[in-house]
Amino acid sequence: MSPKSTTPFLLSTIFLVLSVLLSIAIGAVFISPVDVWQTLTGQAANEIFRTIIVDIRLPRTALILLTGAALAGSGAAYQGLFRNPLADPYLIGVASGAGLGAVFAMSIQWPYSFFGMMAVPLAAFLAGLLTVALVYTVARVGNTVPTTNLILAGTVFSSFATALTSFLMLRSNGELRRAIGWLLGGVSIGGWAPVFALLPYAILGLIMLILSGHALNLLQFGDDQAQQMGLNVSRAKTIILIAASLTTAAAVAFAGIIGFVGLIVPHIVRLWWGGDYRRIIPLSIIGGAAALLLADVLARVAIAPQELPIGVVTALAGSPFFLWVLRRAKNQGYW
Amino acid sequence: MIEINHLNVSYSTRSILKNISLRVKRGEIMALLGPNGSGKSTLIRALSGVVPASGSLCLDGRALSGLDPASRARLVAVVPQMASLPPAFTVLETVLLGRTPYLNFLGQLSANDHEIACSALAKVDALAFAERRVGELSGGEQQRVLLARALAQSTPVLLLDEPTTHLDLQHQIGLLELVRTLARQENLTVLIALHDLNLAARYADSVALIVGGEIKAQGSPAEVLRPDLLSSVYQWPVQVIQHPFQDTLLVLPEAR
Repeated sequence: MSPKSTTPFLLSTIFLVLSVLLSIAIGAVFISPVDVWQTLTGQAANEIFRTIIVDIRLPRTALILLTGAALAGSGAAYQGLFRNPLADPYLIGVASGAGLGAVFAMSIQWPYSFFGMMAVPLAAFLAGLLTVALVYTVARVGNTVPTTNLILAGTVFSSFATALTSFLMLRSNGELRRAIGWLLGGVSIGGWAPVFALLPYAILGLIMLILSGHALNLLQFGDDQAQQMGLNVSRAKTIILIAASLTTAAAVAFAGIIGFVGLIVPHIVRLWWGGDYRRIIPLSIIGGAAALLLADVLARVAIAPQELPIGVVTALAGSPFFLWVLRRAKNQGYW
Repeated sequence: MIEINHLNVSYSTRSILKNISLRVKRGEIMALLGPNGSGKSTLIRALSGVVPASGSLCLDGRALSGLDPASRARLVAVVPQMASLPPAFTVLETVLLGRTPYLNFLGQLSANDHEIACSALAKVDALAFAERRVGELSGGEQQRVLLARALAQSTPVLLLDEPTTHLDLQHQIGLLELVRTLARQENLTVLIALHDLNLAARYADSVALIVGGEIKAQGSPAEVLRPDLLSSVYQWPVQVIQHPFQDTLLVLPEAR
């Protein structure tokens, strides 16, 4: 909280830049960072490289970057809001709820115009917000949300939303079937359109989250103390909930349901750089973007020329991590 | 001066506090006494605005009810019962949170806020461990950090909710000595919920005995700490004697 160290920001930004370069360089055709740089600055006249970079790699990189930032940022916020180390947009069911909203919007054929596409995150947002409200209502005991309740309620609503989503997809015709890959967390809608469609939601949500750092710090002391220190508790909680759900929805709307990023990244940030949410939120955003880009690179090269859904990669890495955190939280409740 | 008139608190239909009227002058300490569940903590919570209360609550003639949380937190600060502090924050980070009611709309701390936080830490003699994490501190040190956080709020009123409960003898006395010094020096109005009648006798300027949500007696320690009254309230025979060497009363439970 003291204005001390800028080192964490420096390190995570370097990590992000490297991930971006890697993400643009690696794929079916390898393009060296030098070529990437020359192509982007217009020094090289390789038209194929140019097409691959500008039409395929860059929009994908941008989409993954925004998605990772959104998932990790909202994960950190949910953890602070529920004062629970295992809150993650995926585990508490928000992501599945948002996915249902998005698929519903697609199934009534919204995304056939750009404005229709803009509406997909909105539907995802509303469904996600409804889900988190339901999960919270079911899981809470007084003003606290016990871990077990939260995860159980999250799982129940998540399964329900996923079932409804499958139903919608199976009833639909060809167009929507593509969404099956998407639902596993694979980016299947290419090009720049989805990037621009989610950008305003993601930016708005992320800014709201970054500004919520101080309120999240206060909330760690419990509602009573937070109010006694001058926080309007119910207003702050509502703003954070809306911001986190908006951010999650923006991510889910076009990148699908990707688990565990929102769990892993904030934990590492907290472990290395302490419990101040005014640092945790922005560092999680940067770190989440970088981490998901790396996961995406892995997804592209692991079984090349085929592609793994990115959600498979994050789940493979995330599940053991989840167990580790669960053990830790049981033993000490360390923040 | 803080004036409480006909304050009532109820949860749904159950009445927790009934018709509480109190006055505490600037620079003075009032101890709130009473058996478990008598409503001492609820009174603290009502005064700090976290539970709704009816009746009037004035500070120097100005009504507190209806103020938004930030305005209220500039007038009333609370040292909570030591429950679980988030252990990952440093001491200074924790104390700086006391500056919340003075933040601008972007939530930025100023250099002045840092100065005030450090001076609050100095007052409770905790400056030496300002950069340590709260989780590494002893109970007595944590309680001082909470006091410093309340002082950083720069309020004229300080409320303490059983601050000595988890402390050993040395730290109990140390904390109350400190609170008394601060009350006198900074001209604070202090209300403190206490279990220990002897600590109340020694440190409070006035005492309110709360039983079943109502004030059974209030006045100076000598007026309230009477053997007949205490024996009936605590349902145990007690004697009250003058301390042989000091100007204070001693409350002694009898062997039945």
